[in-house]
Amino acid sequence: MNADWPRWEVFLRARRGLSHTHVGSVHAADGETALQAGRDLFTRRQEGISLWVVPSEQVVASDPDDQDSLFEPADDKSFRFPTSFELPSEVDQM
Amino acid sequence: MTIHAQQRFDSLIEADERIEPDDWMPEEYRQTLVRQIAQHAHSEIIGMQPEGAWISRAPSLHRKAILIAKVQDEAGHGLYLYGAAESLGTTRAELLDRLHTRRQKYSSIFNYPTPTWADVGAIGWLVDGAAIANQVPLCRCSFGPYGRAMVRICKEESFHQRQGFQILLRLTEGTAEQKQMAQEALNRWWWPSVMMFGPPDSESVHNARNMAWGIKRFTNDELRQGFVDMTVPQAELLGLTIPDPELRWNDERGHYDFGEPDWEEFARMVRGEGDLPEQRLRVRREAHENGAWVREAAAAYAARQRQAA
Ligand SMILES: [Fe+2]
Ligand SMILES: [Fe+2]
Repeated sequence: MNADWPRWEVFLRARRGLSHTHVGSVHAADGETALQAGRDLFTRRQEGISLWVVPSEQVVASDPDDQDSLFEPADDKSFRFPTSFELPSEVDQM
Repeated sequence: MTIHAQQRFDSLIEADERIEPDDWMPEEYRQTLVRQIAQHAHSEIIGMQPEGAWISRAPSLHRKAILIAKVQDEAGHGLYLYGAAESLGTTRAELLDRLHTRRQKYSSIFNYPTPTWADVGAIGWLVDGAAIANQVPLCRCSFGPYGRAMVRICKEESFHQRQGFQILLRLTEGTAEQKQMAQEALNRWWWPSVMMFGPPDSESVHNARNMAWGIKRFTNDELRQGFVDMTVPQAELLGLTIPDPELRWNDERGHYDFGEPDWEEFARMVRGEGDLPEQRLRVRREAHENGAWVREAAAAYAARQRQAA
Protein backbone atom coordinates (compact mmCIF):
# COMPACT_ATOMS: atom_id res chain seq x y z
CA MET A 1 0.00 0.00 0.00
CA ASN A 2 1.03 3.62 -0.43
CA ALA A 3 2.16 4.81 2.97
CA ASP A 4 3.06 8.34 1.87
CA TRP A 5 0.92 10.45 4.11
CA PRO A 6 -1.09 13.22 2.45
CA ARG A 7 -0.23 16.88 2.88
CA TRP A 8 -2.20 19.24 5.14
CA GLU A 9 -2.15 23.02 5.24
CA VAL A 10 -1.79 24.38 8.76
CA PHE A 11 -3.48 27.56 10.03
CA LEU A 12 -2.63 29.08 13.39
CA ARG A 13 -4.47 31.58 15.58
CA ALA A 14 -1.69 33.52 17.28
CA ARG A 15 -3.93 34.81 20.06
CA ARG A 16 -7.55 35.56 20.89
CA GLY A 17 -9.00 38.24 18.65
CA LEU A 18 -6.92 37.29 15.59
CA SER A 19 -7.87 35.09 12.62
CA HIS A 20 -6.18 31.83 11.83
CA THR A 21 -3.27 32.45 9.44
CA HIS A 22 -1.56 30.00 7.12
CA VAL A 23 1.82 28.98 8.58
CA GLY A 24 2.92 26.02 6.46
CA SER A 25 2.16 22.37 5.85
CA VAL A 26 2.69 18.94 7.35
CA HIS A 27 2.27 15.35 6.22
CA ALA A 28 0.00 13.13 8.28
CA ALA A 29 -2.23 10.08 7.86
CA ASP A 30 -5.36 11.84 9.16
CA GLY A 31 -6.63 15.09 10.63
CA GLU A 32 -5.95 14.16 14.21
CA THR A 33 -2.29 13.35 13.64
CA ALA A 34 -1.99 16.36 11.32
CA LEU A 35 -3.02 18.52 14.29
CA GLN A 36 -0.38 16.85 16.46
CA ALA A 37 2.28 17.36 13.80
CA GLY A 38 1.20 20.99 13.37
CA ARG A 39 1.43 21.50 17.10
CA ASP A 40 4.93 19.98 17.27
CA LEU A 41 6.16 21.92 14.27
CA PHE A 42 4.64 25.37 14.62
CA THR A 43 3.93 26.02 18.30
CA ARG A 44 7.04 25.15 20.29
CA ARG A 45 7.44 28.76 21.41
CA GLN A 46 3.93 29.93 22.29
CA GLU A 47 3.23 30.97 18.69
CA GLY A 48 -0.46 30.26 18.98
CA ILE A 49 -3.51 29.01 20.84
CA SER A 50 -5.56 27.28 18.13
CA LEU A 51 -4.83 25.23 15.00
CA TRP A 52 -6.75 24.31 11.86
CA VAL A 53 -5.57 21.68 9.40
CA VAL A 54 -7.05 21.32 5.90
CA PRO A 55 -6.15 18.66 3.32
CA SER A 56 -3.98 20.47 0.76
CA GLU A 57 -5.83 18.87 -2.14
CA GLN A 58 -9.07 20.45 -0.91
CA VAL A 59 -7.79 23.99 -1.35
CA VAL A 60 -9.36 25.69 -4.34
CA ALA A 61 -7.11 28.49 -5.57
CA SER A 62 -7.50 31.25 -8.11
CA ASP A 63 -5.31 31.01 -11.18
CA PRO A 64 -2.41 33.51 -11.16
CA ASP A 65 -3.09 34.04 -14.89
CA ASP A 66 -6.49 35.45 -13.93
CA GLN A 67 -4.95 37.91 -11.51
CA ASP A 68 -5.56 40.91 -13.74
CA SER A 69 -9.12 40.09 -14.69
CA LEU A 70 -10.04 39.18 -11.12
CA PHE A 71 -8.34 41.84 -9.09
CA GLU A 72 -7.59 44.80 -11.29
CA PRO A 73 -11.09 46.32 -11.65
CA ALA A 74 -10.64 47.91 -8.22
CA ASP A 75 -7.96 50.10 -9.78
CA ASP A 76 -10.35 52.39 -11.67
CA LYS A 77 -12.83 52.60 -8.81
CA SER A 78 -10.80 54.76 -6.50
CA PHE A 79 -14.05 56.26 -5.19
CA ARG A 80 -14.32 53.13 -3.05
CA PHE A 81 -11.54 54.56 -0.94
CA PRO A 82 -12.41 57.39 1.45
CA THR A 83 -9.20 59.27 0.64
CA SER A 84 -10.43 59.98 -2.91
CA PHE A 85 -12.97 62.51 -1.54
CA GLU A 86 -11.56 65.93 -0.86
CA LEU A 87 -13.67 67.68 1.72
CA PRO A 88 -13.46 71.04 3.50
CA SER A 89 -10.92 70.93 6.28
CA GLU A 90 -13.73 71.36 8.87
CA VAL A 91 -14.89 67.82 8.15
CA ASP A 92 -11.48 66.38 7.43
CA GLN A 93 -11.77 63.89 10.28
CA MET A 94 -14.85 62.30 8.69
CA MET B 1 4.83 28.92 -21.90
CA THR B 2 3.79 32.18 -23.41
CA ILE B 3 6.00 35.22 -23.85
CA HIS B 4 3.56 36.92 -21.53
CA ALA B 5 4.45 34.46 -18.72
CA GLN B 6 8.18 35.02 -19.10
CA GLN B 7 7.68 38.79 -19.12
CA ARG B 8 5.55 38.61 -16.04
CA PHE B 9 8.21 36.54 -14.24
CA ASP B 10 10.96 38.94 -15.31
CA SER B 11 9.04 41.99 -14.18
CA LEU B 12 8.24 40.43 -10.81
CA ILE B 13 11.96 39.69 -10.29
CA GLU B 14 12.85 43.16 -11.53
CA ALA B 15 10.47 44.74 -9.00
CA ASP B 16 11.92 42.53 -6.22
CA GLU B 17 8.50 40.93 -5.75
CA ARG B 18 8.09 37.33 -4.67
CA ILE B 19 7.41 34.37 -6.95
CA GLU B 20 4.75 32.02 -5.55
CA PRO B 21 4.34 28.31 -6.33
CA ASP B 22 1.41 28.74 -8.78
CA ASP B 23 3.27 31.33 -10.84
CA TRP B 24 4.90 30.42 -14.11
CA MET B 25 8.69 30.23 -13.65
CA PRO B 26 11.60 29.21 -15.89
CA GLU B 27 12.36 25.52 -15.56
CA GLU B 28 15.95 26.29 -14.55
CA TYR B 29 14.76 28.58 -11.75
CA ARG B 30 12.51 25.78 -10.48
CA GLN B 31 15.26 23.15 -10.70
CA THR B 32 17.80 25.40 -8.99
CA LEU B 33 15.41 26.03 -6.12
CA VAL B 34 14.37 22.39 -5.73
CA ARG B 35 18.02 21.41 -5.51
CA GLN B 36 19.03 24.21 -3.17
CA ILE B 37 16.05 23.90 -0.82
CA ALA B 38 16.26 20.10 -0.75
CA GLN B 39 19.97 20.13 0.03
CA HIS B 40 19.31 22.70 2.71
CA ALA B 41 16.59 20.46 4.17
CA HIS B 42 18.87 17.41 4.04
CA SER B 43 21.56 19.39 5.89
CA GLU B 44 19.13 20.28 8.67
CA ILE B 45 18.15 16.69 9.35
CA ILE B 46 21.62 15.18 8.89
CA GLY B 47 22.87 17.95 11.19
CA MET B 48 20.82 16.40 13.98
CA GLN B 49 23.28 13.51 14.17
CA PRO B 50 26.56 15.00 15.44
CA GLU B 51 24.74 16.90 18.20
CA GLY B 52 22.18 14.18 18.83
CA ALA B 53 25.08 11.91 19.69
CA TRP B 54 25.84 14.18 22.66
CA ILE B 55 22.36 14.25 24.18
CA SER B 56 23.01 11.26 26.42
CA ARG B 57 26.40 12.69 27.46
CA ALA B 58 25.43 16.31 28.11
CA PRO B 59 27.08 17.41 31.37
CA SER B 60 23.84 18.35 33.18
CA LEU B 61 20.10 17.85 32.94
CA HIS B 62 19.76 21.52 31.96
CA ARG B 63 22.25 21.17 29.09
CA LYS B 64 20.53 17.97 28.02
CA ALA B 65 17.14 19.72 27.83
CA ILE B 66 18.67 22.59 25.82
CA LEU B 67 20.37 20.22 23.40
CA ILE B 68 17.20 18.18 22.87
CA ALA B 69 15.33 21.41 22.10
CA LYS B 70 17.98 22.47 19.61
CA VAL B 71 18.06 19.11 17.83
CA GLN B 72 14.26 19.16 17.71
CA ASP B 73 14.43 22.62 16.11
CA GLU B 74 16.75 21.27 13.43
CA ALA B 75 14.22 18.54 12.62
CA GLY B 76 11.63 21.29 12.31
CA HIS B 77 13.89 23.30 10.01
CA GLY B 78 14.15 20.27 7.76
CA LEU B 79 10.36 19.97 7.68
CA TYR B 80 9.79 23.67 6.88
CA LEU B 81 12.23 23.33 4.01
CA TYR B 82 10.88 20.05 2.64
CA GLY B 83 7.50 21.77 2.64
CA ALA B 84 8.91 24.69 0.63
CA ALA B 85 10.55 22.30 -1.86
CA GLU B 86 7.33 20.33 -2.26
CA SER B 87 5.50 23.48 -3.25
CA LEU B 88 7.63 23.37 -6.42
CA GLY B 89 6.02 20.11 -7.49
CA THR B 90 8.25 17.45 -6.00
CA THR B 91 7.35 15.02 -3.21
CA ARG B 92 8.77 14.38 0.24
CA ALA B 93 9.36 10.71 -0.61
CA GLU B 94 11.28 11.62 -3.77
CA LEU B 95 13.49 14.12 -1.93
CA LEU B 96 14.33 11.68 0.85
CA ASP B 97 15.08 9.03 -1.73
CA ARG B 98 17.53 11.36 -3.47
CA LEU B 99 19.29 11.94 -0.14
CA HIS B 100 19.39 8.23 0.69
CA THR B 101 20.80 7.29 -2.72
CA ARG B 102 23.39 10.12 -2.70
CA ARG B 103 21.81 11.86 -5.67
CA GLN B 104 21.55 15.00 -3.54
CA LYS B 105 24.08 16.21 -1.02
CA TYR B 106 23.90 17.75 2.41
CA SER B 107 26.36 20.27 3.85
CA SER B 108 29.74 18.59 4.35
CA ILE B 109 30.13 20.49 7.64
CA PHE B 110 28.26 17.58 9.27
CA ASN B 111 30.94 15.13 8.19
CA TYR B 112 33.41 16.40 10.79
CA PRO B 113 33.71 14.47 14.06
CA THR B 114 32.57 15.84 17.45
CA PRO B 115 34.95 14.19 19.96
CA THR B 116 34.30 16.44 23.00
CA TRP B 117 31.54 18.43 24.69
CA ALA B 118 33.32 21.60 23.55
CA ASP B 119 32.59 20.58 19.95
CA VAL B 120 28.88 20.92 20.75
CA GLY B 121 29.61 24.47 21.87
CA ALA B 122 31.70 25.19 18.78
CA ILE B 123 28.98 23.85 16.47
CA GLY B 124 26.36 26.12 18.02
CA TRP B 125 28.60 29.19 18.03
CA LEU B 126 30.35 28.76 14.67
CA VAL B 127 28.29 26.41 12.52
CA ASP B 128 24.92 27.84 13.52
CA GLY B 129 26.57 31.27 13.41
CA ALA B 130 27.70 30.72 9.82
CA ALA B 131 24.28 29.29 8.99
CA ILE B 132 22.64 32.46 10.31
CA ALA B 133 24.95 34.67 8.23
CA ASN B 134 23.91 32.60 5.20
CA GLN B 135 20.23 32.43 6.05
CA VAL B 136 19.37 36.00 7.03
CA PRO B 137 19.66 37.24 3.40
CA LEU B 138 17.72 34.16 2.25
CA CYS B 139 14.70 35.51 4.15
CA ARG B 140 14.40 37.89 1.16
CA CYS B 141 14.76 35.11 -1.43
CA SER B 142 12.61 35.73 -4.50
CA PHE B 143 10.77 32.43 -4.01
CA GLY B 144 8.09 33.11 -1.39
CA PRO B 145 7.87 29.75 0.43
CA TYR B 146 11.66 29.54 0.80
CA GLY B 147 11.86 33.07 2.21
CA ARG B 148 9.03 32.39 4.65
CA ALA B 149 10.65 29.15 5.83
CA MET B 150 13.89 31.06 6.37
CA VAL B 151 12.17 33.72 8.49
CA ARG B 152 10.85 31.01 10.77
CA ILE B 153 14.23 29.28 10.88
CA CYS B 154 16.21 32.45 11.59
CA LYS B 155 14.00 33.21 14.59
CA GLU B 156 14.96 29.86 16.06
CA GLU B 157 18.65 29.88 15.12
CA SER B 158 19.59 32.70 17.43
CA PHE B 159 19.07 30.52 20.49
CA HIS B 160 21.25 27.84 18.88
CA GLN B 161 24.16 30.18 18.49
CA ARG B 162 23.83 31.64 21.96
CA GLN B 163 23.66 28.28 23.72
CA GLY B 164 26.80 27.19 21.86
CA PHE B 165 28.68 30.34 22.78
CA GLN B 166 27.62 29.92 26.39
CA ILE B 167 28.89 26.34 26.49
CA LEU B 168 32.33 27.61 25.42
CA LEU B 169 32.13 30.57 27.79
CA ARG B 170 31.56 28.24 30.74
CA LEU B 171 34.47 26.05 29.65
CA THR B 172 36.82 29.02 29.28
CA GLU B 173 35.88 30.11 32.81
CA GLY B 174 36.73 26.63 34.09
CA THR B 175 39.93 24.66 34.67
CA ALA B 176 42.98 24.83 32.39
CA GLU B 177 41.90 21.51 30.86
CA GLN B 178 38.44 22.84 30.12
CA LYS B 179 39.84 25.95 28.51
CA GLN B 180 42.17 23.77 26.48
CA MET B 181 39.20 21.67 25.38
CA ALA B 182 37.43 24.82 24.16
CA GLN B 183 40.52 25.97 22.26
CA GLU B 184 40.91 22.62 20.54
CA ALA B 185 37.27 22.64 19.47
CA LEU B 186 37.77 26.11 17.97
CA ASN B 187 40.85 24.80 16.17
CA ARG B 188 38.79 21.98 14.69
CA TRP B 189 35.76 24.03 13.67
CA TRP B 190 37.17 27.38 12.55
CA TRP B 191 38.22 26.52 9.00
CA PRO B 192 35.31 24.21 8.23
CA SER B 193 32.98 27.05 9.32
CA VAL B 194 34.79 29.59 7.12
CA MET B 195 34.41 27.15 4.21
CA MET B 196 30.67 26.73 4.83
CA PHE B 197 30.07 29.74 2.58
CA GLY B 198 31.26 27.73 -0.39
CA PRO B 199 34.08 28.23 -2.90
CA PRO B 200 35.56 31.68 -3.55
CA ASP B 201 33.56 33.93 -5.89
CA SER B 202 36.18 33.47 -8.61
CA GLU B 203 35.26 29.77 -8.73
CA SER B 204 31.59 29.86 -7.89
CA VAL B 205 29.70 28.91 -11.04
CA HIS B 206 26.17 30.00 -10.28
CA ASN B 207 26.78 33.14 -8.22
CA ALA B 208 25.83 35.66 -10.94
CA ARG B 209 22.73 33.87 -12.18
CA ASN B 210 21.39 33.21 -8.69
CA MET B 211 22.00 36.82 -7.72
CA ALA B 212 20.08 38.00 -10.80
CA TRP B 213 17.19 35.73 -9.84
CA GLY B 214 17.12 37.07 -6.31
CA ILE B 215 17.86 33.61 -4.90
CA LYS B 216 21.18 34.85 -3.57
CA ARG B 217 21.63 38.36 -2.20
CA PHE B 218 25.33 38.37 -1.33
CA THR B 219 28.27 36.48 -2.83
CA ASN B 220 30.07 33.69 -0.97
CA ASP B 221 33.05 35.93 -0.24
CA GLU B 222 30.89 38.79 1.05
CA LEU B 223 29.10 36.45 3.43
CA ARG B 224 32.38 34.88 4.52
CA GLN B 225 33.86 38.29 5.30
CA GLY B 226 30.78 39.22 7.32
CA PHE B 227 31.09 36.02 9.33
CA VAL B 228 34.78 36.57 10.11
CA ASP B 229 34.17 40.21 11.10
CA MET B 230 31.37 39.18 13.42
CA THR B 231 33.17 36.23 15.01
CA VAL B 232 36.68 37.54 15.75
CA PRO B 233 35.60 39.87 18.60
CA GLN B 234 33.52 37.04 20.08
CA ALA B 235 36.59 34.76 20.13
CA GLU B 236 38.52 37.54 21.88
CA LEU B 237 35.78 37.73 24.48
CA LEU B 238 36.19 34.02 25.11
CA GLY B 239 39.95 34.46 25.37
CA LEU B 240 40.45 31.89 22.61
CA THR B 241 42.79 32.13 19.63
CA ILE B 242 41.50 31.72 16.10
CA PRO B 243 43.88 29.33 14.31
CA ASP B 244 44.84 31.72 11.51
CA PRO B 245 48.25 33.46 11.65
CA GLU B 246 47.20 35.85 8.87
CA LEU B 247 44.16 37.13 10.72
CA ARG B 248 44.45 40.87 11.43
CA TRP B 249 42.30 43.98 11.33
CA ASN B 250 42.67 46.02 8.15
CA ASP B 251 41.91 49.65 8.93
CA GLU B 252 41.78 50.64 5.29
CA ARG B 253 39.22 48.02 4.33
CA GLY B 254 37.36 48.23 7.60
CA HIS B 255 37.42 44.42 7.70
CA TYR B 256 39.57 41.62 9.02
CA ASP B 257 42.09 40.13 6.61
CA PHE B 258 42.30 36.39 6.92
CA GLY B 259 44.14 33.43 5.41
CA GLU B 260 43.10 31.17 2.58
CA PRO B 261 41.15 28.07 3.65
CA ASP B 262 42.36 24.67 2.49
CA TRP B 263 40.14 24.31 -0.58
CA GLU B 264 41.66 20.90 -1.31
CA GLU B 265 40.21 19.66 1.95
CA PHE B 266 36.92 21.32 1.09
CA ALA B 267 36.81 19.46 -2.22
CA ARG B 268 37.55 16.16 -0.46
CA MET B 269 34.75 16.81 2.03
CA VAL B 270 32.29 17.74 -0.71
CA ARG B 271 33.16 14.50 -2.51
CA GLY B 272 32.18 12.74 0.71
CA GLU B 273 35.49 11.05 1.46
CA GLY B 274 36.06 9.37 4.81
CA ASP B 275 33.97 7.12 7.08
CA LEU B 276 31.56 9.67 8.51
CA PRO B 277 29.48 10.32 5.37
CA GLU B 278 28.83 6.59 5.12
CA GLN B 279 27.77 6.50 8.76
CA ARG B 280 25.53 9.57 8.49
CA LEU B 281 23.65 8.08 5.55
CA ARG B 282 23.38 4.66 7.17
CA VAL B 283 21.86 6.17 10.33
CA ARG B 284 19.46 8.23 8.18
CA ARG B 285 18.37 5.26 6.06
CA GLU B 286 17.90 3.08 9.13
CA ALA B 287 15.76 5.75 10.80
CA HIS B 288 13.66 5.91 7.64
CA GLU B 289 13.32 2.14 7.30
CA ASN B 290 12.63 1.63 10.99
CA GLY B 291 9.83 4.17 10.76
CA ALA B 292 8.15 2.42 7.82
CA TRP B 293 5.81 0.37 9.98
CA VAL B 294 4.60 3.52 11.74
CA ARG B 295 3.82 5.23 8.43
CA GLU B 296 2.05 2.12 7.15
CA ALA B 297 0.08 1.53 10.35
CA ALA B 298 -1.11 5.14 10.55
CA ALA B 299 -2.10 5.11 6.86
CA ALA B 300 -3.98 1.81 7.31
CA TYR B 301 -5.76 3.15 10.39
CA ALA B 302 -6.75 6.34 8.56
CA ALA B 303 -8.07 4.29 5.59
CA ARG B 304 -10.16 2.14 7.92
CA GLN B 305 -11.60 5.19 9.68
CA ARG B 306 -12.59 6.69 6.33
CA GLN B 307 -14.36 3.48 5.36
CA ALA B 308 -16.22 3.31 8.64
CA ALA B 309 -17.39 6.91 8.30
FE1 LIG C 1 18.82 24.78 11.51
FE1 LIG D 1 20.56 25.57 14.20
